[in-house]
Amino acid sequence: MEITLELIAFIILALFICVSAVLAATTKRILRAATYLLFVLFGTAGIYFQLNYSFLGAVQLLIYAGGITVLYVFSILLTSSEGDKAPELKSYKFIAGLVATLLSLGVCLWVMLRHDFLPQHFEHGELNVRTIGHALMSADKYGYVLPFEVISVLLLACIVGGILIARKR
Amino acid sequence: MIDFSIITSWIHGWLTSWMPLGLAVFLECVIVGVCLLLLYAVIAIVMIFMERKVCAAFQCRLGPMRVGPWGTVQVFCDVLKMLTKEIITVRHSDRFLYNLAPYIVILASVLAFACLPVARGLEILDFNVGVFFLMAASSIGVVGILLAGWGSNNKYSLIGAMRSGAQMISYELSIGLSILTIVVLTDTMQFSEIVLRQADGWFLFKGHLPALIAFVIYLIAGNAEVNRGPFDLPEAESELTAGYHTEYSGMHFGLFYVAEFVNLFIISGVAATIFLGGWMPLHIPGWEGFNTVMDYIPGFVWFFAKAFFVVWLLMWIKWTFPRLRIDQILTLEWKYLVPIGLVNLLLMVIVVVFKLHF
Repeated sequence: MEITLELIAFIILALFICVSAVLAATTKRILRAATYLLFVLFGTAGIYFQLNYSFLGAVQLLIYAGGITVLYVFSILLTSSEGDKAPELKSYKFIAGLVATLLSLGVCLWVMLRHDFLPQHFEHGELNVRTIGHALMSADKYGYVLPFEVISVLLLACIVGGILIARKR
Repeated sequence: MIDFSIITSWIHGWLTSWMPLGLAVFLECVIVGVCLLLLYAVIAIVMIFMERKVCAAFQCRLGPMRVGPWGTVQVFCDVLKMLTKEIITVRHSDRFLYNLAPYIVILASVLAFACLPVARGLEILDFNVGVFFLMAASSIGVVGILLAGWGSNNKYSLIGAMRSGAQMISYELSIGLSILTIVVLTDTMQFSEIVLRQADGWFLFKGHLPALIAFVIYLIAGNAEVNRGPFDLPEAESELTAGYHTEYSGMHFGLFYVAEFVNLFIISGVAATIFLGGWMPLHIPGWEGFNTVMDYIPGFVWFFAKAFFVVWLLMWIKWTFPRLRIDQILTLEWKYLVPIGLVNLLLMVIVVVFKLHF
C-alpha cells in the first residue's frame, strides 16, 4: 500500500477522533466530556472536508460543533456546580456497558467487512450546492422534501414544549 | 488588474517539477499557513493601533504619541510586553479547559479569516459553500468563550461568558439572515464568485432597498457578534471587571485580545466583500474611461480600503453610544432585528423574482 498525503491526513484525523472519543467517555468531569465531544465532531468534519464534501463538513461545524455543543455547555454551566464529578462506576453497569459495546462493535465490523464497497462514485471536486438544494426540496424519487418538512414540525414541537415548560402559570 | 493565481500556479508548477505531488501540496499548505498567520498578526497590530487613534480622535485626545513618530512603535512594544509576561494559572480552576479556551477562540477566528478573498486569485479557503462555512467557523468561538468563563473559576468570568454566549448566539441569527438576503440576490455562496458578480456594480447599489436594510442589520448584528460597544457587556468593565478574560494573563489574554480585534476585521471584511464588492474596483456601467482608471488600482488596496472603512464605521459607533443592558440587547435582537430581517428576506425574494434589481 502506497503512503500518500491523503492517507496520512486520514490516519491523523482517525487517531484524533478515536482518542477524543475514548477520553470523552472516560473523563469524570462533565464539561471536559463535552469538550472532547467537540473534538470528535471537529475530527468528523475534517473527514468530510477530506472527502471534498464541504457542505456536510460546514453543516457538521455549524449544527453540531457550533450549535449542539454550545447548547450542552450552556446547560452544564446553568445546572452543575463547581467540583461535580461522575460517581464511581458500579461493576454490573460496567459489565453491561462492555457487553453492549462489544456487541455493537461486532455488528459494525460484520457489516463493514461483508459489504462490497462500490468503486469511487464522486468525481474529484466539490458537489454543487445547487444539486444539494434541489435534492433537499424536490418531491420526486430520491427527493427529500418529506423528511425536511417533518423535521420542521419536530422543531416547532420543541419550541412549543420549551415555551410550555418555561412559562410559569 | 493583477491575477495572483498566475503566481500561485507558477509556484505550484515549479514545486511539482522536482518533488512528489503530496510533498509539494504539504509544503504549500505550510507556506500558506505561515503567510495567513503573519497577515493575521499584522492586521491585529494595525487594528489595535487604529482603535487607539480613532478612540482618541473621538474623545478629542491624541492617543499614543511618545514611542516612535505619532506613537507608531507603541503597539509593537505592547506586543513584546505581552509576550514576555508570565502566564498565571488560577488555583482550583479546571487547568485543561482554562488553557484550551483561548486556542479555540483563535482557531475559530483564523478559520473565518482564511475565507476572505483579498485579491483576484488570492483566496485561501474558497469552498462553493464559502459563506456557510464562514458562519460555521465563526460560531465555534462561542464555545471557547464559555469554556474560558467556566475554566477561570471566577463569578465575574462566568457571568461574562453566559452573557456573551446568549448575545452571540442571538445575533448570529441576524447575521445569517442578512447574509442570506445577499445570497438570494447572487444565487451563489462562493466568495470569489460573489465578488465577480459585482463587476457591474456593488450589491449595496444593485439590490437597492433590501440590500441597504440588510447592510444596516449586518453592521448592528456584527458589532454585537464581536462583543464590542455599545454591545460590550460581556466584558463590561464597571460591572464585571473584564468579563470572561478576567483571570487570563500574558499571551493567553493576548490571544483573546487579538481574536477580538481580528474578528472585528473579519466582520468588516465580510461586509466589504458581500455588500461593497470586495477587491472589485468601483465600476459604473457606461463610464469606460473611469472604469479603466479604477482597474489600475490593485485589488488588495480596494479590499483593505473598504474593510478598514467599515472598521472605522464600527469604531465610530463604539465610541459614540453608551452600553446597553442585557434585556435591551436581547429585545433589540429578537423583537426588532430578526422580524425585520425575515421581512427583508421576503422583500429581496420579491425583488429578485420580479427582477426589480439593477
